[in-house]
Amino acid sequence: MSFLSNVISGISLGSIYAIIALGYTMVYGIAKMLNFAHGDVIMVGAYVCFFAVSAYNLPPVIGVLLAVALCTALGMLIERMAYKPLRQAPSLAVLITAIGVSYFLQNAALLWWGSDPKKFPAFIVVGEQNGVSLFGGQLRITYVAIVTVVACVAIMAGLIAFTGKTKMGKAMRACSEDKGAAQLMGINVNATISMTFAIGSALAAIAGVLMCSAYDTLLPTTGSMPGIKAFTAAVFGGIGSIPGAFLGGLLLGVIQIFTQAYLSQELADAIVFAVLIVVLLVKPTGLLGKQIQEKV
Amino acid sequence: MKKFLALLMAAAMVLAMAACGNNANNGGSNANNGGSNANSGGNTGGQSDAGNTNGGDSTGAVTLKIGGIGPLTGDAAIYGNATYWGAQVAVDEINAMQSDIKIEYKFEDDEHDGEKAINAYRSLQDWDVDVIYGCTTSAPCLAVAGETFADRYFQLTPSASSTDVTAGRDNVFQICFTDPNQGVTAAKYIAENKMATKIAVIYNNADAYSTGIYEAFAAEAPNQGLEVVSVSTFADDKNPDFSVQVRDAQSAGAELVFLPIYYTPASNILKQAKDIGYAPKFFGADGMDGILTMEGFDLSLAEGLMLMTPFNAYATDERTVTFIDSYKKLSNGVEPNQFAADGYDCVYAIYEAAKKAGINDGMSHEDICTALISAFTDSGFSVDGLTGSGMTWNTSGEVSKEPVAVVIENGIYVNM
Repeated sequence: MSFLSNVISGISLGSIYAIIALGYTMVYGIAKMLNFAHGDVIMVGAYVCFFAVSAYNLPPVIGVLLAVALCTALGMLIERMAYKPLRQAPSLAVLITAIGVSYFLQNAALLWWGSDPKKFPAFIVVGEQNGVSLFGGQLRITYVAIVTVVACVAIMAGLIAFTGKTKMGKAMRACSEDKGAAQLMGINVNATISMTFAIGSALAAIAGVLMCSAYDTLLPTTGSMPGIKAFTAAVFGGIGSIPGAFLGGLLLGVIQIFTQAYLSQELADAIVFAVLIVVLLVKPTGLLGKQIQEKV
Repeated sequence: MKKFLALLMAAAMVLAMAACGNNANNGGSNANNGGSNANSGGNTGGQSDAGNTNGGDSTGAVTLKIGGIGPLTGDAAIYGNATYWGAQVAVDEINAMQSDIKIEYKFEDDEHDGEKAINAYRSLQDWDVDVIYGCTTSAPCLAVAGETFADRYFQLTPSASSTDVTAGRDNVFQICFTDPNQGVTAAKYIAENKMATKIAVIYNNADAYSTGIYEAFAAEAPNQGLEVVSVSTFADDKNPDFSVQVRDAQSAGAELVFLPIYYTPASNILKQAKDIGYAPKFFGADGMDGILTMEGFDLSLAEGLMLMTPFNAYATDERTVTFIDSYKKLSNGVEPNQFAADGYDCVYAIYEAAKKAGINDGMSHEDICTALISAFTDSGFSVDGLTGSGMTWNTSGEVSKEPVAVVIENGIYVNM
């Protein structure tokens, strides 16, 4: 039974990684840049929801929507202020800028919201219960875990449909393949990239709310470690690939929990990253990554 | 357009910094929105002039310059600000007394960083400091202790509990319990009160504080007839998932889970234990103090949680009540925790020792150091404070006082 419990813990942790990784992979796939500030947008989303629900007593749904709206705006603002001026710059400059934005957000949060931890309110409850018990209480699944997994699958399906079927999604894929050619075909590349950041940041807000509902401590640095893990998950699954981010996130969560439970708690992170290295050695593009031929 | 935006940003930042500076001058605190007590980035260490203004009227009074070091900004700002304000309360009380010793007090920010702590120490030296009060946290304290030992400054730390801080240094003293001391005390306490025999421990193996307590606890437990059935660790305060650790304790059948960790991960553990329907007794060390003040914390999770803390902020004796009153005026309403009380006791301990040693203005800091060391280690010297009465010190700088265990009932500490 504890095996099953561990599987559930792993899937629920992995789904959170997966939602964050989807944001990473969207932005990387289209803008070809690693947005290291993604983890900190998650933190901002969680704080917005926290203050809306705890301080202003708004209904949780409004809190989540507010977080999504503000994070979308924040994501577009970051893109406009920090990344757009560097569109033609070498990718290293953009990468360093992204790290700078990440620290800026963390420290701004520290300044505004303080360093003392906040406890995120548990609002995914039915009646008094926050989960269901199975097998006479031996196995317990929290509603947060269920909601997270469902949200994760829904978001992935939504993104696949969006990039596959809609005009905007097709424009995104075109930009991802060749920005210059896309522009010649009449696609507004800048608007498309802004849209990508908007979607990525909206996902970050949802991830922030779900993550803090499951693990309720909220700090200005809350987003940084999950952000790095999710980035790992995105690379693991094949960065740029939407199903890859989903698979990578889930696997990373399950591997992490299983290593902790059955191998070593001290070495859990080391083992997780060792698995990543092995996968990349065997399959450099990640599990579901596509081999792209560089045109010469 | 781009230039305009850049200018706008620059202007906004300058204004923001200026605003911080103003707040910092209003009593050195700026508890901004939602009762958060972290000082903002613009504040590079508040300072008090109370000593100057009160010191002038009584001729012949000795002036003792106490320089404090601790994190006023950054991740550990909660602790640093508590020690800063706590000591300030004691300084104000002493300066208001008709005493021969007046205290000048200055506090420098170290951002919980060893190198910055050394810088803070240097700037206190430029200020002609007599006694070093701090650091608040162990790692910076270790860095500064090496310097004060070489330079011969007397140093008293409110809360750096690692034994490494005092080891081999005759000039460094602690007002808090050492880590091993807490581990041994916890084992004895659990056994004497027959709380449980099957114990699980979850500790942070990346943290010297947590590991120190755990190792002493594990060594003492068999002597007390306690069986440690599950030991699990985590390596990073930022890792939010404790389901594996909690389940390990549950499947091992532990009746009591000992948590020698800080309250932030502990609050996650309490929640995740409840999530899987596991309800053992929980027992924490002094790092657990503060769990009730977390914004948004579900108090029912902490119901029945036991912890060892030297300071009970819910006590009703006169000295505690007065302290809490004065403290909240300085902190804009933030409740004092044990760090604040430790800071308060530090200033009184230095004051009592200085009185006993007959410190005078002509003494150099080396002389003061020697005089205070002999006063502190004198067998007749003891201090009554908020964190214990009859506190005495041995030559290795460790304090001896009665530990107090409390249990949380209806959201407040109740003495056990």
